[in-house]
Amino acid sequence: MLTLTSPIETPLHRLPAGAKLAALCVTTVALFALTSPLALGTALAVVAALYLANGRAFALQGLRLLRPLWPFVLVVALWHLWTGALADGAATLMRMIAAVAAANLVTLTTRLSDLMAVLERLTAPLARLGLSPRTLSLAVALVIRFVPVLLDRQARLSEAWSARSPRRPGWRLLVPATLATLDDADRVAEALRARGGIG
Amino acid sequence: MERNLTHIALFAALIAILGLVPKIDLAGGVPITAQSLGIMLCGTVLGAKRGALAVLLFLALVVLGLPLLSGGRGGLGVFTGPSVGYLVGFPLAAFTAGWVVERTTLPLGIAATAGAVIGGIGVLYLFGIPGMALVLGKSLPEAAFLGMAFLPGDLIKAVLAGLITRGLAQMRPGSVLSRA
Repeated sequence: MLTLTSPIETPLHRLPAGAKLAALCVTTVALFALTSPLALGTALAVVAALYLANGRAFALQGLRLLRPLWPFVLVVALWHLWTGALADGAATLMRMIAAVAAANLVTLTTRLSDLMAVLERLTAPLARLGLSPRTLSLAVALVIRFVPVLLDRQARLSEAWSARSPRRPGWRLLVPATLATLDDADRVAEALRARGGIG
Repeated sequence: MERNLTHIALFAALIAILGLVPKIDLAGGVPITAQSLGIMLCGTVLGAKRGALAVLLFLALVVLGLPLLSGGRGGLGVFTGPSVGYLVGFPLAAFTAGWVVERTTLPLGIAATAGAVIGGIGVLYLFGIPGMALVLGKSLPEAAFLGMAFLPGDLIKAVLAGLITRGLAQMRPGSVLSRA
């Protein structure tokens, strides 16, 4: 399965993941503390410059990741056109786009393994509560492995339904799908135990 | 121990595929994405604790940059966008839904629907609406007005969560761990 990390190598890829995450936290807090449209416009311009400095293809990739925001942009824009508070609306939109684009920049330039290492460091104190870093890695690996497995089975259940009925399957397939997921969980647990368990 | 881990991990995967399967057509052809149904099912089927942990694991994978949220979204950007409150509310929604099923003696289908309404709608909106208000720069009532657009779909999903949970118990008694 694909991650959202960009295949286009940038200098940002080489920065340590922890530093990028810390910078993102500071940036996000600052963006939500700012209210002046001028300051927020500057912040947005800086984020845009960071994308553009890494080339056209990379910037376009960043733009595609912002697509889910457009419905919200539309709602806010219409709202403020209606109420007439245009400066407020512009500030809100620039803050939202800058915050999401900055966070996406970290995602685009940080490998899954590097983020995983940060996550393991951050959750290390939980070891005393019984969550060892190894258990967490195993859980993450299991999800990544089983998403395609479950998708494949969903497709087969859907085909089996189509072979029997001209109607669309709808929600009813979720009962066998969930049941099969529970069965898988039992079988994988047995397999893990047979190999010495997760102790 | 192994069983808890695999149930948590596989239900995290189930939430993911419910967001990836393009849509579910209801009778009448209304398309809805089923991701929040997955959140409800984690609670009503696995129970409060395991359900909440499955949702946390799912969110951890989203943070790591896997495009598992409905519409192929993922990465850190979703946690600074307008949906941030809903994401924060997801684990608590699953916990509440599971808690209701575990702690009441109502018939399973009714308990699961009630849990899905209280957790997957009540608790979820309690976090989602302030999040939207913050990011979109709106007051709480204004954000609540915008959030109501999701209410009809979420009510349908809560009923489906009840039907599916009951269906599981009928097909295989003991499979619904929140009541096991």
